[in-house]
Amino acid sequence: MDMNIPYTVEHRPDTGLANGKLGIWLFLGSEVMLFGALFSTYIILRVGAAEWPHGELNIPLGAINTAILICSSVTMVLAWASLKMNDWAKHRIYLVTTVVLALVFLVNKYFEYSAHFASGEVPAHTTFLAIYFTMTGLHALHIIGGVIVMSYFLGPGAKLWKKNPEQFANRIEYTGLYWHFVDLVWIFLFPVLYLL
Amino acid sequence: MHSDSESVRKSIRLYLTIGVTLLIFTALTVAANRFHFIVPIAIAVALVIAVIKGSMVASVFMHLNHEQRWIYGALALTVFFFLVLMSVPLFTILDSIGTEVHAVAVEHAGGH
Repeated sequence: MDMNIPYTVEHRPDTGLANGKLGIWLFLGSEVMLFGALFSTYIILRVGAAEWPHGELNIPLGAINTAILICSSVTMVLAWASLKMNDWAKHRIYLVTTVVLALVFLVNKYFEYSAHFASGEVPAHTTFLAIYFTMTGLHALHIIGGVIVMSYFLGPGAKLWKKNPEQFANRIEYTGLYWHFVDLVWIFLFPVLYLL
Repeated sequence: MHSDSESVRKSIRLYLTIGVTLLIFTALTVAANRFHFIVPIAIAVALVIAVIKGSMVASVFMHLNHEQRWIYGALALTVFFFLVLMSVPLFTILDSIGTEVHAVAVEHAGGH
């Protein structure tokens, strides 16, 4: 028996949206609460601390990582736009570039973490390092999640393009929404942790 | 959102412009940090720039500048609870109920 999941491409009459679109936004809402709780914790810890370290983190590397994520957001939205313009080759180039930029971000983070660990700056060392590793570690896990999803769409998930191009474009759009959210979180993490 | 081929083609220049603007704002954030403002001003400057950058990502890359009202509804709920979360530190600071820790410590020291 062949069953199709409804409203993957066509819009529901009551919401005016495909189900996946509303689903990803509800998921992002829960993500806002997750990171919001951590930002709230950061404020409580910082206000309650007798002193707070300043200039302990590598600002140039943090700024480079910010630029990398911004560029990856641009390539992600262009990957979706290429599909909408029926340009499969460009879509692949932009999606691969997004994955590469994400991996470069993670490599930079690896070097940053390694430098901290080498000088004995582990999460248990200070309150600042504990919240720094928690927030950036959770963010890095989100980057890894994004890389896995994008790699799926570069590999086995790409078959859907031939079968149902509109549905595939929608999936890339939802992946993009998630990816821009990850960029958005970093836009706030960078000044809060590295500069203030 | 408007996602027909022609309107997407027209949006590409906007995506690139926003990307470049975001990079410029990142440079501005780092440059502002070199002025060593007093803490309240430094926080205000950094957060204002971050909010501007975040708004650009949300409105243009995430297409929130032309979405359906169900999305705005879900986001309004998120914003409400996010504000509740952000006010938790404020409640913590303003909380004056109970005995202050140092007063208890002094009492204990006096007892021995």
